[in-house]
Amino acid sequence: MRAEGNRNGSGVKRLLTSNEAIAEAVKIAKPDVIAAYPITPQSPIVEKLAEMVESGELDASFVRVESEHSAMAVIHGAATAGARVFTATSSHGLAYMFEMCWWIAGSRLPAVMAVATRSIGAPWNIHGDHTDIMSLRDAGWIIGMAESAQEAFDMTLQAFAVSEVVNIPFAVGIDAFTMSHTAEIVEIRNAKLPERRQAYRILPGMEVAVNAVTMGEARMKARYDLAIDLEKSAEVIERTDGEFGSYGGLVEKYRLEDAEYAVVMAGGWCGDAKDAIDMLRDEGVRIGMLRLRFIRPFPEKAVKELPSEVLVVDRANTGIKGILGMETAACGVEVKNVVAGIGGLDVGIDDFYRLFGKFVDGKLEKVEWLI
Amino acid sequence: MILPGNASCQGCPISMAMRCLDVIKNPVLVIPAGCSTVIAGLHPKSAMKAPVVHVPFPSTLAVACGLSEAYKKLGVEANVVAWMGDGAADIGFAGLSASAARRDDVITVVVDNEAYMNTGTQASLSTFWKAKTTTSPAGKTEERRNLSLIMLTHKADYVATASVGYIRDLRKKLRKAGEMAGFRFIHIHAPCPPGWRFPSEKTVEVARKAVMSGAWILWEYDGKLRLSKAGEKYALKENRIPLAEYLKQGRFLHLSERDIREIERKIDEDWEFLLRFS
Repeated sequence: MRAEGNRNGSGVKRLLTSNEAIAEAVKIAKPDVIAAYPITPQSPIVEKLAEMVESGELDASFVRVESEHSAMAVIHGAATAGARVFTATSSHGLAYMFEMCWWIAGSRLPAVMAVATRSIGAPWNIHGDHTDIMSLRDAGWIIGMAESAQEAFDMTLQAFAVSEVVNIPFAVGIDAFTMSHTAEIVEIRNAKLPERRQAYRILPGMEVAVNAVTMGEARMKARYDLAIDLEKSAEVIERTDGEFGSYGGLVEKYRLEDAEYAVVMAGGWCGDAKDAIDMLRDEGVRIGMLRLRFIRPFPEKAVKELPSEVLVVDRANTGIKGILGMETAACGVEVKNVVAGIGGLDVGIDDFYRLFGKFVDGKLEKVEWLI
Repeated sequence: MILPGNASCQGCPISMAMRCLDVIKNPVLVIPAGCSTVIAGLHPKSAMKAPVVHVPFPSTLAVACGLSEAYKKLGVEANVVAWMGDGAADIGFAGLSASAARRDDVITVVVDNEAYMNTGTQASLSTFWKAKTTTSPAGKTEERRNLSLIMLTHKADYVATASVGYIRDLRKKLRKAGEMAGFRFIHIHAPCPPGWRFPSEKTVEVARKAVMSGAWILWEYDGKLRLSKAGEKYALKENRIPLAEYLKQGRFLHLSERDIREIERKIDEDWEFLLRFS
């Protein structure tokens, strides 16, 4: 799929935030229709895209909607007509468009959305955690979580390619502020995506109804097909991984090969956690990380291959447990589970070092909150 | 445009209005939840001789906008028609207003039966003052909202009211809308036999009486507001039939003479208010 550049990157190096990196990737993907409503910390993505459309760098229709519900509805309509589409949101915006997230997935329409993952109120909080994007798990979306601006760039391009093959919408998660507003060096690797393809599109003259009222059987079959195809999308993600940065597919395995202890995490804070792992490795502790690059499809196979001592560190909870902790345990793995970093509460290298030390010393409770 | 044997009730005004869609070229219908969802057909069948995109309530205009923008970008000739009831207009009002403000290239049709009929006749913002519904069992305490006037104040490219009692006028307005570009809005008065509780053969009669009594005003705006020929004579009060004639519906049986006089006063006010824009 790449016209220029390659997995090791031969593009132009630029200093970009993850927000800007995503906008650059979207420009390369050449969407036909973009619709978005601003919300912190996502707004710079669509502001950048609006500038690109205004300057003529990007030949797309940019629809200024009055809400996130309408943002998702506009791209739903545009995708129904056969257009390549993009939107971005965060937190309350994702909550407000929730209904339409189900519809675009249930309609099996390819679409790409960036989510600058931010806490959902109340109380008000604009900072990072994963509570918003985790709410998409049941809707039938592919959910990726980048760790760096480079990965956000690569994953956004891969999102268009994968979504249009499997007919499932694709959300790219980046952590609020620590990624969305933090500049890193990004290699802008140019790519030529294939022409837009999708399972169906609705055109004038067709005597057909899409999403008419169903009885149980048709609805259940549609839901089953989506579940199966979402699982199968793992193959497409793995197969195309090499064309979009070679990150390892659904997961990144960090110093796991001889590990006795494994930490399972997702998102931007994995970088700090890896530094803590390096510190423990220097002390001779055989610890590594399984970084979940994807929440849906869930990397069950990689989770099942983990060593027997597993700690899952979550930035989103359901009840007292962490969501990834529950998901990992559901694969039949015994886990310790820590919920941390909610509402942007800072968790640094030292915190991870102490936490992982406690884990290795066998002093962690089954479920703990790092407050 | 709509096949016989569809799921509409006897005397359904919506299916009457749907038939008129044949005057629009290359239609693509966007239909949110409501009676029209059921009339358009249950999966895997479709009663419409045009593509139908079924959508959730508040998304109607935004989905229509997305379709329209995409067709334009992809070079497809189409007339996207957002077809909804007063319920979807209530819940989707923000999207409707935004679409009009953006001048989306979309025809919006609101078939207004003055309550949420598909869920069993609950009061809507369009429900008449004092009308009984299942959520206003003693009669609605608030005024109806005048949706078409609100759309007029958006200075949309085309705004019209119409009625299933005046099909020729309705077809003319739909045809005109279909031949224009920009944001076009048609508000169709749609008396509902089971919801308003009148015999199903009287839909046209009730619709006509609404116009003849002055309770529903036929007008259009295309830069200038004009009363429509079919109903302009009812601007003069002496040409109107007694309001009580129109109000002979189950939902109004409890009205006192004083109530009727009060409704008449409100109708006079509505005319006066509208004509300030002409």
